[in-house]
Amino acid sequence: MTQIATLPTRRDEAWRYADIDAVERLGLAGISEWQDIAVPAGETKRTCMVVGGDAPEVTRIRMSVGDGGRAEVFATSAGDDYTRLEIEVTLGKGAHFEFGGVTIGGGDATREFVTQTVHAQPDATSNQIVRSVHWGTAAGNFLGEIKVARHAQKTDAAQDFKGLLLEAGASANAVPQLEIFADDVKCAHGATVGQLDEAARFYMAARGLSPEMARRLLVQAFIGDAFVELEDEESREKLLEAALSKLEGKL
Amino acid sequence: MELKQMLKITDLHATVGEADPKPILKGLSLEVQAGEVHAIMGPNGAGKSTLANVLGGKPGYDVTSGSVEFMGQDLFDLDPHERAATGLFLGFQYPVEIPGVSNVQFLREALNAQRKFRGEEPLSGGEFLKLAKEKAALLKMDMEMLKRQVNVGFSGGEKKRAEMVQMGILDPKFAVLDETDSGLDIDALRIVGEGINSIMRAPDKGVLLITHYQRLLDVVKPDKVSILADGRIVQTGGPELALRLEDEGYDAVMA
Repeated sequence: MTQIATLPTRRDEAWRYADIDAVERLGLAGISEWQDIAVPAGETKRTCMVVGGDAPEVTRIRMSVGDGGRAEVFATSAGDDYTRLEIEVTLGKGAHFEFGGVTIGGGDATREFVTQTVHAQPDATSNQIVRSVHWGTAAGNFLGEIKVARHAQKTDAAQDFKGLLLEAGASANAVPQLEIFADDVKCAHGATVGQLDEAARFYMAARGLSPEMARRLLVQAFIGDAFVELEDEESREKLLEAALSKLEGKL
Repeated sequence: MELKQMLKITDLHATVGEADPKPILKGLSLEVQAGEVHAIMGPNGAGKSTLANVLGGKPGYDVTSGSVEFMGQDLFDLDPHERAATGLFLGFQYPVEIPGVSNVQFLREALNAQRKFRGEEPLSGGEFLKLAKEKAALLKMDMEMLKRQVNVGFSGGEKKRAEMVQMGILDPKFAVLDETDSGLDIDALRIVGEGINSIMRAPDKGVLLITHYQRLLDVVKPDKVSILADGRIVQTGGPELALRLEDEGYDAVMA
């Protein structure tokens, strides 16, 4: 990706749902920095992060994964202002990219994950699971682009997005984008948006759980999917707690 | 002997539906004393499930007049979860699946929420598991099933049995069981019936048992039987009333 010389606008596909006012507040300097992560062939590198705060935040990560390597990124995005985590990953032969992300929160903030997964070599796999839980007039976005090079046969790429809107003004956007030049590949993507299950809430109330506890348990179950592949329990707890604490006293 | 009243329903009227409310309960009155199992029978559409749902506080039902006193309190002053903590257990005709939440987690949180409401100490993980194991064994349910997600992938019969395990763990004062026998085979029906007896047959507990069939009543012998028709109780009697219904049908008995 070439260095941007001007600020992005809504016309740029990857910034279509971004909070452009917040991007302008950050300015070019605030969005131009990339962290580079290289995963050597055959090795595994895991990154767990909680992103977002009181001010706009854009985090951009560029990863290259060597043959047979495995890159894992797990993130909770729970800030109170525009928060964007962007990941560009290029996979070697037989490499794997695992992404699990949760956006959660109310107010009017936009929280988004933007990934570009390049299957540059054959036999690579990728799996991305994003869960978004919002209220107020907040938005959660997942823009996932997958590029499969002409000779990257046997690519297996999956994207799964689910949004849970706790109030009527909130929104969720899923934009899968596939660019496939090989002919023997599997690319799956799914997206659903819904509300809390009323029948489950009453069932839980009938067993003694307050509305707040029922909501927390249902949200926990909902976002848990994003961290199923995270084997480090301590990190998983940390990411879950960062997300669930957002629910407290917010509704 | 002085009877202790657990549930007193007086002239209850209730509607279902928000846009176009439909009257279902039309002046229902009923009392259940401590130590009693009171069976409610009635034709389809009489309002049996509505009665259960109104007592549980399910959204979508509107109480238009009448009162319900539950253990000395106005039931309608309590939110659904407060009713549970006060000792009311609603056994669902169609238990709800909760993907992603295990039975163990669900029931432990529910039990501890109830205990907290009552000012009792929470149970530790170990104490809870011991209790859960004991109640699962009572209903002949494999402990492994309790580690699975709430009702997800359970057969109709397993869901009903799981309801009774939940009831055993939560140990309520009063149970409203809405067609707990539907969908059970003969063996499961006996296990569930005996479960109800062992969990709820006590001098300080009561049961409102909504059912269509005599078969459950052969196991859980009711003290009283009432017929619910068109939104009110039209007849109350002893266990013999259920037998007459089984023989003669609603039309003949109510004529």
